[in-house]
Amino acid sequence: MTFSGWLTIILFAVVLTALALPLGRYMARVYTGQRVLLTPILGGPERFLYKLLRVDPEREQEWKAYAKSLIVFSLAGWLLLYVILRTQNAFFVPHALNPLGYHSAPWNVTFNTTSSFLTNTNWQYYGGEMTMSYLSQMIGLTVQNWLSAGVGIVVAVALVRGIVSRSGKGIGNFWQDLVRTILYVLAPISAVGALVLVSQGVIDNFTSYLTAHTVTGLTQSIAMGPVASQEVIKELGTNGGGFFNTNSAHPFENPTAFTNFFEMLLVLIIPAALVFMYGRMTGNRRQGYAIYGVMMVMFLGAVSVAYIAEAHGSPAQHAAGLHTHVILGSTGGNMEGKEQRFGIAGSALFDVVTTVTSCGAVNSAIESFTGIGGAVPFANLSASEVIFGGTGTGLYSMLLYVLLAVFIGGLMVGRTPEWLGKKLEAREIKLAGLGILVTPLAALFCTAMATASSAGRKSISEVALSKAGANTPQGFSETFYAYLSQANNNGSAFAGYTGFVQPNAGNVGSHGVTFADLLGGFDMLFARYAPILFALAVAGALAGKRVTPAGLGTMRTDNTTFAILLIGVVVLVGALTFFPALLLGPIVQGLTGHLY
Amino acid sequence: MRRDIVTSVIGIVVMTILLGLVYPLAIWGVSQVAFPGNANGQKVYVGGKLVGSRIIGQSFATPVLEKNGKPKEVKGVVVTEADPRYFQSRPSVTEGGADNAAASTFSNRGPNSVKTKEADEENIKAYLEMEKPYDPSLTSAQIPVDAVNTSASNLDPEISQADAWIQAHRVAAKRQLALSVVDGLIAKYTSGRALGFSGEEGVNVLELNLALDRLTGGKG
Repeated sequence: MTFSGWLTIILFAVVLTALALPLGRYMARVYTGQRVLLTPILGGPERFLYKLLRVDPEREQEWKAYAKSLIVFSLAGWLLLYVILRTQNAFFVPHALNPLGYHSAPWNVTFNTTSSFLTNTNWQYYGGEMTMSYLSQMIGLTVQNWLSAGVGIVVAVALVRGIVSRSGKGIGNFWQDLVRTILYVLAPISAVGALVLVSQGVIDNFTSYLTAHTVTGLTQSIAMGPVASQEVIKELGTNGGGFFNTNSAHPFENPTAFTNFFEMLLVLIIPAALVFMYGRMTGNRRQGYAIYGVMMVMFLGAVSVAYIAEAHGSPAQHAAGLHTHVILGSTGGNMEGKEQRFGIAGSALFDVVTTVTSCGAVNSAIESFTGIGGAVPFANLSASEVIFGGTGTGLYSMLLYVLLAVFIGGLMVGRTPEWLGKKLEAREIKLAGLGILVTPLAALFCTAMATASSAGRKSISEVALSKAGANTPQGFSETFYAYLSQANNNGSAFAGYTGFVQPNAGNVGSHGVTFADLLGGFDMLFARYAPILFALAVAGALAGKRVTPAGLGTMRTDNTTFAILLIGVVVLVGALTFFPALLLGPIVQGLTGHLY
Repeated sequence: MRRDIVTSVIGIVVMTILLGLVYPLAIWGVSQVAFPGNANGQKVYVGGKLVGSRIIGQSFATPVLEKNGKPKEVKGVVVTEADPRYFQSRPSVTEGGADNAAASTFSNRGPNSVKTKEADEENIKAYLEMEKPYDPSLTSAQIPVDAVNTSASNLDPEISQADAWIQAHRVAAKRQLALSVVDGLIAKYTSGRALGFSGEEGVNVLELNLALDRLTGGKG
């Protein structure tokens, strides 16, 4: 560990908070229909889009109508993306946009990929530069990077509206929210962010792959593509699907330590701002600060554990005779699967940033993290991504936890639970409970299926198996992480787990592992849309409830006591659900120096 | 329902045009005008010939030749051996030979895996064989981890300074340069931490090697 490493972590938290506060204020104004700085420029396009889409933005929707619009729109997006990905080398695709003439991936892999990008998961069984045409990346994947982020955010906004609404059953208009999210929030940050990235070395071109002739007489083929435009929204929308196979570890996606810092800010800025937005929309900013505090404490805890563990090095390194402490000119540590320019701190921090959110981008190989270092992303996912979480998904999941915490707190002091003046009744608690439990349920069910069946074990990578061929903790971790990550719509991976076999370049003769592709695909779809429906249902149940002024018996939800209770509830639910499984994988590796 | 379907279909088409065509092309256009070098991958030319990208790692090895003068291949992959006149990049296991920048990949070596240990041992052995003749006091305990462990992308363009300082002994001897000259070049091509605190210092291998070639000539 180094001083500059810790400094990076602290400064990151400070800069993030400083940027998220004004953005939260801005977003609160956008979603309550107030004038903002960009209204004069974007007001026209906004109204034009409503006309084009034939929607009346003033028409408030009840939660069922809101949900219906969301589901139908998602379905349309799914179908279009599937068609785009399956017609990659059709006659109408210009050669310049598929310069290597890549064929389409088979149906099962495409099912997985399509579901993955629709659900903001961006789990990738494919390697970008080996399988995807520029056109697919652009009009297929990039578009869903935007839309899936937008859909997540609008659900959070709708839930907050339900919580604070004083009259009527309406929770807003889905189309208006989506258009505003894209125009006022995502577009300005993306446009500026993309150019910042290019100015630092992220590529953006449509040339075919380069062939270089090296000074020692070898040839090197170098993948190209329109990367920057996708890279920025991949981070900003907490999507995480890399243009290239190695994601943000690839020098063309993340060329310097500065871009690394910048990309981490892009990932967390909206989830963090949403929390402040929530505080403002409830009319009591302290509500937001309390939740922000909870998230930040858990975030910094996770980063610290990961950094310390990775700086210590791995049992395999030590057994091979390497010394992993800091020496002059090298910071040591577990550099297996890490890039020199980011170092240990930059890798550990990035790893935590993208696994507490639903981003899932990686700048280092999670599979090569030490046992305890690798247990951190597991733990982040086990907390169902409420530590900041994905764009929108994080806030609405956390608010369900808040509801649960209020209920538990109410039981402890023996009062009817109230939240922001609204009585919580059986219906809300049931819906919130279900909303919280579906994701762990999906993750554990799929892991069990995949671990117990020979069809599932087929996906475990060669390197995770020991010489004897028997399964190892690493193999179990790969499987467990795959379905946990997909259920949480995260998309990061113990990347050895495979669902796509490509014997030849350009997808010729390639085939998918149907079991892993389909199980993962359904895992993602179920764990995305079921919680969305529960969150919207909670919004509907709370909307229009009468508000009673806070009395002596009201438990406050904006102070430290409540924050501690909330941490307890999040940790408890996560631990009770996942601890046994976590023991079998990363923890057993972290606690012993045994090699398998 | 009908209304939702109509709006959804129009919506997804409009969004695809806006976000999938207009937006990426706009970013591409501005990038090509404002930052053409970066946007096109920071290509490096020597004598008019493209030798690589400044920020993509590459292998400084020469093809092993068969008796008939053709490059030796095993399973379609050219067999190479490290060229001792050049600084060597970090180990890379991309398919089709080291540092294949058309197929970046993680090694996915587990922290508690026997295979990881064996791979590390093999790399330590190769490193010692290569460097010890020029740096007799070198032991495995002094080898910096990045010289033995594969990177995340397997295309890491940089090595640690500690690694470069060890390799400098060999390169200086092979090129008949004073060690201080080579160390000076290392310092010149070492990138500092971003904003002074973030990330790690690293030495750009391609730039360093090209600077050496300019000093003492290329192949020889």
